[in-house]
Amino acid sequence: MIWNDEFETLPREALAALQGKRLRDLVDRVHGAVPFYRKKLAAAGFKPGDVRGLDDLSRLPFTTKDDLRETYPFGLFAVPMERVVRVHASSGTTGKPTVVGYTRRDIDTWSELMARTLSCGGTTKGDVVHNAYGYGLFTGGLGAHYGAEKIGAAVIPVSGGNTKRQIMLMQDFGSTILLCTPSYALNLAEVMAEQGVDPETLKLKCGLFGAEPWTESMRKEIERKLKIAALDIYGLSEVIGPGVASECIEEKHGLHVFEDHFIPEIIDPETGKVLPYGEVGELVFTTVTKEAFPVIRYRTRDISRLTLTPCACGRTLVRMDRISGRTDDMLIIRGVNVFPSQIESVLMTIEGVEPHYQLIVTREESLDVLEVQVEVNESVFTDAIKGLETLAKKIEHEIKDLLGVSCKVKLVEPKTIQRSEGKAKRVIDKRKL
Amino acid sequence: MKVEQISIFLENKSGRLAEVTNILSGAGVNIRALSLADTADFGILRLIVNQTDKAKQVLKENGFTVGKTEVIALEVPDKPGGLGGILKILDGAGINVEYMYAFVQRSGDNAIIIFRFDELDKAIKVLTGAGVRVLKGEEVYAL
Repeated sequence: MIWNDEFETLPREALAALQGKRLRDLVDRVHGAVPFYRKKLAAAGFKPGDVRGLDDLSRLPFTTKDDLRETYPFGLFAVPMERVVRVHASSGTTGKPTVVGYTRRDIDTWSELMARTLSCGGTTKGDVVHNAYGYGLFTGGLGAHYGAEKIGAAVIPVSGGNTKRQIMLMQDFGSTILLCTPSYALNLAEVMAEQGVDPETLKLKCGLFGAEPWTESMRKEIERKLKIAALDIYGLSEVIGPGVASECIEEKHGLHVFEDHFIPEIIDPETGKVLPYGEVGELVFTTVTKEAFPVIRYRTRDISRLTLTPCACGRTLVRMDRISGRTDDMLIIRGVNVFPSQIESVLMTIEGVEPHYQLIVTREESLDVLEVQVEVNESVFTDAIKGLETLAKKIEHEIKDLLGVSCKVKLVEPKTIQRSEGKAKRVIDKRKL
Repeated sequence: MKVEQISIFLENKSGRLAEVTNILSGAGVNIRALSLADTADFGILRLIVNQTDKAKQVLKENGFTVGKTEVIALEVPDKPGGLGGILKILDGAGINVEYMYAFVQRSGDNAIIIFRFDELDKAIKVLTGAGVRVLKGEEVYAL
């Protein structure tokens, strides 16, 4: 189902013309309003009016997370505070949080984009939307909330936490659409099983999951356990929050980027060079319509790929692959690049093993050691030592096969790996470098 | 002829075994026999208790991974060569012992040993045929 027929199915040439015009306007605006960008553009040799269209994009300087920190809190805002109606901030686990602002028009844009996202999953005004994204400074909760309201659906602003109560509310209110992180969706399924709640008795039909990377096999597990269609959605607060890109229920294969508002690029994270469609690299966004907090070529650190193959849903928008890792989450183990999502996909191929894992990296006598902790559940447990040792060996072998890195699998008791009601903590790096 | 045994996955962390015994004693479950197999990282605790289902349930409720397996309990003459005689019968029939452990109590003048085989039914047939007494589940739980 398409929310905005005109803009989601624009012919590519018309879209490019619109992006070019909007990019020119954006550069003019930040040049006038943001001293940081004025300096940065001047340093890159740009004078006002130099940017004429899309062709100039790849010559513009990047914006990074460090730039956001240096201008904390409001240094990158492109409008006076009188026009700002909302401020969100990232969790800021490392140093100061990154702060983003919205004008009234930005909030409208965001609502529109989340309405598009929810429509990708078939949401209509008749639906009951169970919104378990966290409300507050985090963009997830409120972003999704406004989109669902725009559609006219009934929103349950349940936010995170208190899983048993969430299940009760889903049963009693007849929720049809679930919004949360994919790891929390699995957490919900697990608690339902513990409580003897059969997901078939719920009215849930679709879940839109984002805010953390996940895998195709995790999708299958969520779909099987919750009896719903599970879609991947993408967004980040620096760009707008959720509502940057979404899978459609028709193909569930790649996320349509809402390109009339955000121009995506894939670059080589080492050289900064733009890569053609089809190649894997770091995702970069330029927000061409944002007023309060526009970004030029913001480096997301997320690893993806863009493809332009036509989609069954009818959208002409480019599709990005699900995020396969982060340039900064990437672990380098004995010189090999390892993404936690790769370990997860290995675990999901082994019958009975659940995707609850943690990676512990240590250094013993100047050699990296990777330990993969995997929980032992009833379906893989046996009363004989050799059965479990065989399982551990099998996982070690499969990981070595895929990644080319040997690891030690440690079997742990169920529930010993921290369950998240938000983002999962997958990696503990104890190396002191 | 078969005896139900529960097995519990334990990480090698201090206090885990004590927690199992506390949970069982809290539920009024009595342990009849036990064996602990361990590796560097984890262990498997195997128990014969007087109330198998209840033990399994309370341990699961407390977050342990619990399995249920069928084993058999044999009367073994409590004298030199007693166990050897039984192992000889098994060996003759080509039956492989996965693991075994001794029961604390005796049955009359005999010791009791718990055996786990991959071919349980065949083992029962061979042993009873050779005159070895295989204890019934109820007898074992009530000992």
